[in-house]
Amino acid sequence: MIRQPVFDTSPPVSDEIRKTTCYMCACRCGINVHLTSGKVSYIEGNRDHPVNKGVLCAKGAAGIKQITAPSRLRAPLRRVGPRGSGAFEEISWDEALALAVSWMKPLRETAPEKLAFFTGRDQSQSLTGLWAQAFGTPNYAAHGGFCSVNMAAAGIYTIGGAFWEFGQPDWERTKLFVIFGVAEDHDSNPIKIGLGKLKARGARVIGVNPIRTGYNAVADDWLGITPGTDGLLILSLIHCLLEAGKVDLDYLARFTNASLLVNATEGPEKGLILKNAESQPFVIDRRSDQPAPWDAKGVQPDLGAVWQGHRTVFQQMAETYLAPQHAPEAVADRVGIPAPRIRALAADLARVAFDEAIEIAQPWTDFRGDRHETMIGRPVSFHAMRGISAHSNGFQTARALHLLQILLGTVETPGGYRLKPPYPKPVEAHPTPHFVSVPGKPLSGPHLGYPRGPEQLALLPDGSPARIDKAFSWENPLSAHGMMHMVIPNAHAGDPYRIDTLFLYMANMAWNSSMNTAAVMEMLTEEKDGEYVIPRIIYSDAYASEMVAYADLILPDTTYLERHDCISLLDRPISEPGAAGDAIRWPVVEPDRDVRGFQSVLIDLGARLGLPGFVTPEGTPLYADYADYLVSHQRRPGVGPLMGFRGNGSEVGRGAPNPGQIDAYIANGGFFQAHVPEEAAFYKPWNAAYQDWAVETGFYDTPQPYLFSIYSEPLRRFQLAAEGHGFPQPPDRLRARIKETMSPLPLWYAPLGDVEGYPLHALTQRPMAMYHSWGSQNAWLRQIHGKNALYVPTKVWVENGFTEGDWARVTSPNGSIVVPVAHMAALNENTVWTWNAIGKRKGAWALDADAPEATEGFLLNHLISELLPEKGDGQRWSNSDPITGQAAWFDLRVRIEKVARHEASLPQFGVLGSPLETT
Amino acid sequence: MHPAPSVIVFTVLSGLGFGFLALLGLGIADPKGWPAFWLWGLGYALAAGGLTASTAHLGNPQRALLAFTQWRTSWLSREAWTSVAALLLLAPCALGDWLGFDVPLLGLLGAALSALTIFCTSMLYAQLKTVPRWNHFSVPLTYGLFSLTGGAILAGTGWFALLCCLALGIALVWGFRAGDLRFAACGSTLSTATGLGSIGSPRVFEQPHTGGNYLMREMIHVVGRKHAQKLRVIAVLFAAVLPAPLTLWPSPLTIGLAVLLHLTGAFVQRWLFFAEAEHVVGLYYGKR
Amino acid sequence: MTQLPATTDKKLGLVIDLDTCVGCHACVTACKGWNDQGYGAALTDQDPYGAEPSGVFLNRVHSYEVQPEAGPAQIVNFPRSCLHCEDAPCVTVCPTGASYKRQEDGIVLVNEDACIGCGLCAWACPYGAREMEETAGVMKKCTLCVDRIYNENLPEIDRQPACVRTCPTGARHFGDLGDPDSKVSRLVAERGGFELMPEQGTKPVNRYLPPRKKDRPQEASLLAPLLDIKATGFAGWLDKLLERI
Ligand SMILES: Nc1nc2c(c(=O)[nH]1)N[C@H]1C(S)=C(S)[C@@H](COP(=O)(O)OP(=O)(O)OC[C@H]3O[C@@H](n4cnc5c(=O)[nH]c(N)nc54)[C@H](O)[C@@H]3O)O[C@H]1N2
Ligand SMILES: Nc1nc2c(c(=O)[nH]1)N[C@H]1C(S)=C(S)[C@@H](COP(=O)(O)OP(=O)(O)OC[C@H]3O[C@@H](n4cnc5c(=O)[nH]c(N)nc54)[C@H](O)[C@@H]3O)O[C@H]1N2
Ligand code: SF4
Ligand code: SF4
Ligand code: SF4
Ligand code: SF4
Ligand code: SF4
Ligand SMILES: [Mo]
Repeated sequence: MIRQPVFDTSPPVSDEIRKTTCYMCACRCGINVHLTSGKVSYIEGNRDHPVNKGVLCAKGAAGIKQITAPSRLRAPLRRVGPRGSGAFEEISWDEALALAVSWMKPLRETAPEKLAFFTGRDQSQSLTGLWAQAFGTPNYAAHGGFCSVNMAAAGIYTIGGAFWEFGQPDWERTKLFVIFGVAEDHDSNPIKIGLGKLKARGARVIGVNPIRTGYNAVADDWLGITPGTDGLLILSLIHCLLEAGKVDLDYLARFTNASLLVNATEGPEKGLILKNAESQPFVIDRRSDQPAPWDAKGVQPDLGAVWQGHRTVFQQMAETYLAPQHAPEAVADRVGIPAPRIRALAADLARVAFDEAIEIAQPWTDFRGDRHETMIGRPVSFHAMRGISAHSNGFQTARALHLLQILLGTVETPGGYRLKPPYPKPVEAHPTPHFVSVPGKPLSGPHLGYPRGPEQLALLPDGSPARIDKAFSWENPLSAHGMMHMVIPNAHAGDPYRIDTLFLYMANMAWNSSMNTAAVMEMLTEEKDGEYVIPRIIYSDAYASEMVAYADLILPDTTYLERHDCISLLDRPISEPGAAGDAIRWPVVEPDRDVRGFQSVLIDLGARLGLPGFVTPEGTPLYADYADYLVSHQRRPGVGPLMGFRGNGSEVGRGAPNPGQIDAYIANGGFFQAHVPEEAAFYKPWNAAYQDWAVETGFYDTPQPYLFSIYSEPLRRFQLAAEGHGFPQPPDRLRARIKETMSPLPLWYAPLGDVEGYPLHALTQRPMAMYHSWGSQNAWLRQIHGKNALYVPTKVWVENGFTEGDWARVTSPNGSIVVPVAHMAALNENTVWTWNAIGKRKGAWALDADAPEATEGFLLNHLISELLPEKGDGQRWSNSDPITGQAAWFDLRVRIEKVARHEASLPQFGVLGSPLETT
Repeated sequence: MHPAPSVIVFTVLSGLGFGFLALLGLGIADPKGWPAFWLWGLGYALAAGGLTASTAHLGNPQRALLAFTQWRTSWLSREAWTSVAALLLLAPCALGDWLGFDVPLLGLLGAALSALTIFCTSMLYAQLKTVPRWNHFSVPLTYGLFSLTGGAILAGTGWFALLCCLALGIALVWGFRAGDLRFAACGSTLSTATGLGSIGSPRVFEQPHTGGNYLMREMIHVVGRKHAQKLRVIAVLFAAVLPAPLTLWPSPLTIGLAVLLHLTGAFVQRWLFFAEAEHVVGLYYGKR
Repeated sequence: MTQLPATTDKKLGLVIDLDTCVGCHACVTACKGWNDQGYGAALTDQDPYGAEPSGVFLNRVHSYEVQPEAGPAQIVNFPRSCLHCEDAPCVTVCPTGASYKRQEDGIVLVNEDACIGCGLCAWACPYGAREMEETAGVMKKCTLCVDRIYNENLPEIDRQPACVRTCPTGARHFGDLGDPDSKVSRLVAERGGFELMPEQGTKPVNRYLPPRKKDRPQEASLLAPLLDIKATGFAGWLDKLLERI
């Protein structure tokens, strides 16, 4: 018998567990924070939490290093040296807030638009938006415009929901899952949990992505598509399905606008949906061959109807995509996937959707009052993100993908794609943009919304853009999330006008979230007449990021474990298809520095400025802090930021404010869920039981059933304007572009960034273990990703004679960078790529100046211009989707050449002075 | 493998020390009186000094006594025992030589234990399947010959030393060449390391971390091929060839010179011994 | 103690599914987080914010590219930690008895109170499963979370390794590989689980499940067109299609 040491296998784990929400990314997982002797000793996933069900990602578990990072800001700072020098002095909060008020107050009284308030990876947009609205500036948005607005807008305009955080595959039932252009996504853990479920069941996964890492590495099949051509591929799949008649006719007829008629009369109504005398769209009922209201009981809409010369959407759609230019053989070369492979994929989709259909024995009643005995499922599901979204043709590509889903009958059916409450929510249920600013007055409504036609654009009387980012202007009419990437360039150029104060919150605009980073740093420091061109910058960050050095006043935030936060149904909640959900963060540890939660600071500023909604009629502060706001604020009577434990503590969705609400959330693990009834679980846009539940829970005030928009009427309205109909009218230089791109049926056009002489596509991917710039200050994560290389496909590797350890110059129309290269075979042969945001500016993030992030690490952003090269019309358009203004990060084209080995990547900038070294 | 100075010093000096002590114990060198004091002293200093150097790379040298406990399985533990036993058993002989009395048998036993110590040291390396270059009987052979040669040179044994030099030279040349084939022969490849060989040929796509770690510092040391060739020549020349003629005319001067040359060669060889040794874990990193 | 037990009552270990692992490194930091405050000395980092950050991790995730004879190259993510070998060479080389394999469950552990930090065990391990904790001067390795799996202060469901609990895709499985009926043993049997470097003779307990066959050549089951659209025109197609309702 061998003697073994005896030790305690049951050591106490910690003194206490506090349950809150992770904030190392926007996935918002539930975490158990273990405290030992008052210090955070361990972080693990919360098993009960709907988002992550106990698991955590690499960042989440490394959160413990985030709250001890030396880069944390310690106190409010006022700039004392030139911008960019990093020379600051510490000031008190009273001084800081007084200074901010002294800058903002005169603006509000004279020209509110001169304050531009843009928030980055903001999880409190319902508060920040409300504040900006109360201030009265039209210039507010979060980061959505440079992130994934194509996804959101295409989804809302088509199915009333979107990929991304508004929906997810039916992981339990789907048999074939196709994922387009995703490296990590916001739904980071849910996608991984879902993939795990598919793998455990042996379901098939197909990855469409130029790069075969991560999710695409585990996919059973990989289609290494040429960037920017997904629309072509998808429309070609649609071609095949139509050709074979493999579409869900019943679904199309009942639940989509396929059976509505398209006005064929020449003139200002041409191409709009035909309306009856009550201005309602109608269908031709197959039982009578006569017009009938679209939502009348028992109607059987006829997809093949022709009425007084007007044809259905279905016919127009089918004819469009049956055209030979959509055949796989016609697109194969361009998309980089052989035609038989495309045809085989179409066959797979059809087989699983129709031959392997599933049925759930769950009766339900639709909005027409028709009862269905079962729920039919088409177990094909899709997911897509920035790979299709971050191109200038991304809106229409995402629309095309939704169309494909619709044709297969897979949206909101078992095994398909399911939306998460409060979605589905049709475009009609969303606000339109509000932008008219009146000194001293709040805006009349929210800034952001979904225009239904040109009359809702944010234009000044002279037709020029009302907003500094030119969102909702003719250049990018449906820019539903604003265009944060254009704020600094436009403000610098005074186009459309000059601003006075730029107020930013958690966006690293002087580095990785800007296009053309070097130029942006210059714009921020350029002076004119003894003043900076952008005179004042107020910034809230929690860490010594690159952006901090470029601001004049720093409002230091707490870290995520030290403050209250709210993940609200008014904003971007944490719902599941089967349950609405929201959550909080709360101070599980107290900050040991002179920092304050930004939301509380904003509420304080609102009160000091006397903004309506932030002060009582007597002018005293309405809310003590953010926690107080979360509990007491009511958006509509009975509806506040948090849905759970309202009123007496048991009311859900609607109910009076409950002072014990936050404690109730804490006791419940930091979140709340309201479950969708079984009968309402699928077919939500048309399911009477769901509509009733949604009203009850406070999402809408009346049921809002609607039809999916295969054919988008709002888009057609813009086309009509471009054709010369109606008012307002676009500038002539934009007519052709609007007419071409804003097609009411999804189409593909070549990305606007395509240029001769730059044969390669250059992409970035999110590393799973790193969050943008802010993971690099984390002692554990930076050991995993401390520098990056440019991955080069075999063909290019061989052509250039690269060997391991080589360096290359990479050139785009905007400039060049010198970087280390590495070989990758599992890569589209015309694509190079690197991990996003690993490169850091020397001196930032409290890292040593010779940190690998700053020496070898690099950004592609220097190569990406915020403006496209001049086109025929002499204008430089924004490097964005012409419809939504989505930043076209992935349109980047480059060429590459081998250079001698370098010690450091280029460009290099001087060492940023650290704001942490002030006294 | 990382050529750590402490380990190089340890193996070279203790090898030489125990080799010399063994010859003294056997009476092949048989000094008396004060010369015996100094020569035994030198032997002890080399052996004990080497052993002490080896503790420099320990994380917790204060617990070194625990290293005696696992003689059933551990060569390091065995080495601990044999070395201490050798040093203890030889002590009376040393005293006897110095003070002029005779201790029968102990010298023989001590010599045997010294040889065992050298063998144990060599087995620290030769036992490791993970380092194919080492996992071979050429390692004990070389270690043994080094000790013998060094000892013989030091002891001024003339022809015997010359023969040792010759044998060492041959063993070295052969050892280098045999070692070169060992990694391929061991059968471990990235395919077996990952089990991915059944799909196709694997290569490293991305390292698990861009930062360094202990494994990479300790097990992965890349020496340039050209470098290594040159050093091998130097090792053979200095350790075996150059001292050889000097051994025939033993005098304090020639012995001193020969030992210096030999030690230089031994250090170079030992550096190469580590630096050229490739650990199979390097496969995971695509580096060896 | 560095003698290996002739047999162990259980063979606890991990089964890692290479078909499912997306390479997210979640298991890497979860392992570091747990073990930084768990069994034995903390896992320190050197130069954490400097030019050469380096620290102890007990689990690392590699990424390989495999080129099959036909078809596109594949990427396989590959977590690597201690395999709790039956013939663990790391144990037998240990001079102090600090390294040992437990009789009751086969877990290979380091008794840090007895470790002199000689590093021999790390040399003996073919898999790079041991890393020296330079601050404390002791050898660290995967403990199979021995302070979790039996920990009565944890809810029953959490008595599993930190890396397994956190793995978002469920690619990591924990159990008794000595019991042929255990979930892990059945997985190994069904999916053809394999050992790493069998030629090293270490008899690892952990198993890896191979990636499933990828990019299968498409069956010729292409979609048959409804009819020849060119001949019948769009109207013919529409008639034929709508007949089906
Ligand atoms: N080349 C290229 N560039 C890209 C992209 C790409 O794909 N390729 N993607 C783009 C996209 S989609 C996005 S969303 C952007 C993201 O870019 P950013 O929004 O700039 O993202 P981060 O780097 O995360 O920076 C956010 C800032 O928030 C700060 N911060 C972190 N936590 C807190 C906190 O608790 N409070 C406060 N007040 N601040 C905090 C961080 O310190 C950091 O300075 O990058 C864009 N840039
Ligand atoms: N770990 C981690 N998670 C994050 C973030 C992070 O920084 N780190 N950032 C968060 C943010 S702000 C965002 S916006 C999301 C973004 O999450 P993702 O949408 O996953 O964004 P990216 O990482 O930019 O990956 C884009 C993917 O699209 C592929 N791609 C590029 N062009 C094309 C194309 O034309 N066609 C196809 N089919 N694929 C293409 C790229 O190869 C890449 O795999 O991630 C969020 N989650
Ligand atoms: S995915 Fe990771 S970083 Fe994001 S919230 Fe969840 S655990 Fe935190
Ligand atoms: S994997 Fe290495 S450390 Fe673990 S038991 Fe096997 S040989 Fe020992
Ligand atoms: S480092 Fe510690 S555990 Fe490893 S062999 Fe040496 S004493 Fe044993
Ligand atoms: S079992 Fe525990 S110690 Fe081992 S790799 Fe997993 S988390 Fe780390
Ligand atoms: S956590 Fe799971 S999926 Fe992620 S790297 Fe580890 S084993 Fe792979
Ligand atoms: Mo984003």
